[in-house]
Amino acid sequence: MTPRRRQRLVLVSLLVVGVGIAASLALMALQENINLFFSPSQVRSGEAPVGTPFRLGGMVVDGSVERGDQSLDIRFDLTDTAQSVTVVFSGILPDLFREGQGIVAQGSVDDSGLFTATQVLAKHDETYMPPEVADALEKAKAMGVQ
Amino acid sequence: MNQTKANPWRRRFHELGSPPSVYALAGRLAPWLAGICLLLFAGGLTGGLFLAPTDYQQGESYRIIYIHVPAAWLSMFVYAVMAISSAIHLIWRMKLADIVARASAPIGAVYTFLALVTGSLWGKPMWGTWWVWDARLTSELILLFLYLGYMALVSAFDDRRTASRAGAILAVVGVINLPIIHFSVEWWNTLHQGPTVTKFDQPSIAVSMLVPLLMMALAFQFHYGWALLARIRSEILESERRTAWVSDLVGHRS
Repeated sequence: MTPRRRQRLVLVSLLVVGVGIAASLALMALQENINLFFSPSQVRSGEAPVGTPFRLGGMVVDGSVERGDQSLDIRFDLTDTAQSVTVVFSGILPDLFREGQGIVAQGSVDDSGLFTATQVLAKHDETYMPPEVADALEKAKAMGVQ
Repeated sequence: MNQTKANPWRRRFHELGSPPSVYALAGRLAPWLAGICLLLFAGGLTGGLFLAPTDYQQGESYRIIYIHVPAAWLSMFVYAVMAISSAIHLIWRMKLADIVARASAPIGAVYTFLALVTGSLWGKPMWGTWWVWDARLTSELILLFLYLGYMALVSAFDDRRTASRAGAILAVVGVINLPIIHFSVEWWNTLHQGPTVTKFDQPSIAVSMLVPLLMMALAFQFHYGWALLARIRSEILESERRTAWVSDLVGHRS
């Protein structure tokens, strides 16, 4: 390798390393702001803002969903397995909304800790399988519990 | 007798620096890649759209992954190729490396666009929104802007050599975005789900769904190779348009 090429190799490597360090510092500084949502634990510990809109993410607690008879009103609990927050929402839910499923709700929390959502998005997991397999897994799990 | 003649492999390597022989080689290879690509596409699409079972949560809608996921993988792979050839061009001033980078940019931009559009179409029924500013979607959008910025930059200079170097620096700097895209779903809370196939433990997808997905990924790889060769040929003609061999070649046809 000629000295000229060696010099250019060093320059290009320095460029990549330099930009890499700058980008990681910037991303670390912005860490909190890049997160799309707060977890119920963060809301409980007061990290989430009160009164201003933010997003809340978690799993819908099994058996907690209550629907209004004559309206689109819905009430459910969101959990991150440690803490949970009650959410109220009025509107159309995405296809993947169901108990035990992860969701992200946009809205704000009041002083009593009730979260009023203006939009509910479903977050689905990275697992793909045929329904029969899911059924079989469910059964196996039930057998294991007994 | 010099070493170039003594070692046939060395001669092959030096031929890669000669535009006419690359032009001819690309022309010979392209039909093979095209054939394999079309076969894989046929197999992957049949497997993915007809043979693979429905998903337990998403029903039929999950089948978008047979386009979305390969397009997203390739959008990153093509950028990596572009950045590496740009670095080679910057350091060794190898002409072919510059041509590969220039030829890759529009192909990568198309894959990125395809990944964003298919994701958005799927996001509306599944998530409940066309778009959300989470880390994965935003970094993929930045990737599209990097491709477009590269293409704009290399066409903004009258002098081809200056254009190549400016573009190459942009491509090399932008490579920082690739790990950000890949790890965005692990580093931050995102609406986009985590990795399914490329995680260290077993992929969390049924084998009957995974096989067509991998076939589609290979089909996209071969499509990239095919499109790349075609674009390399036109890039070579463009950059060598004042040479005798190109006017001979064009002269035959006009």
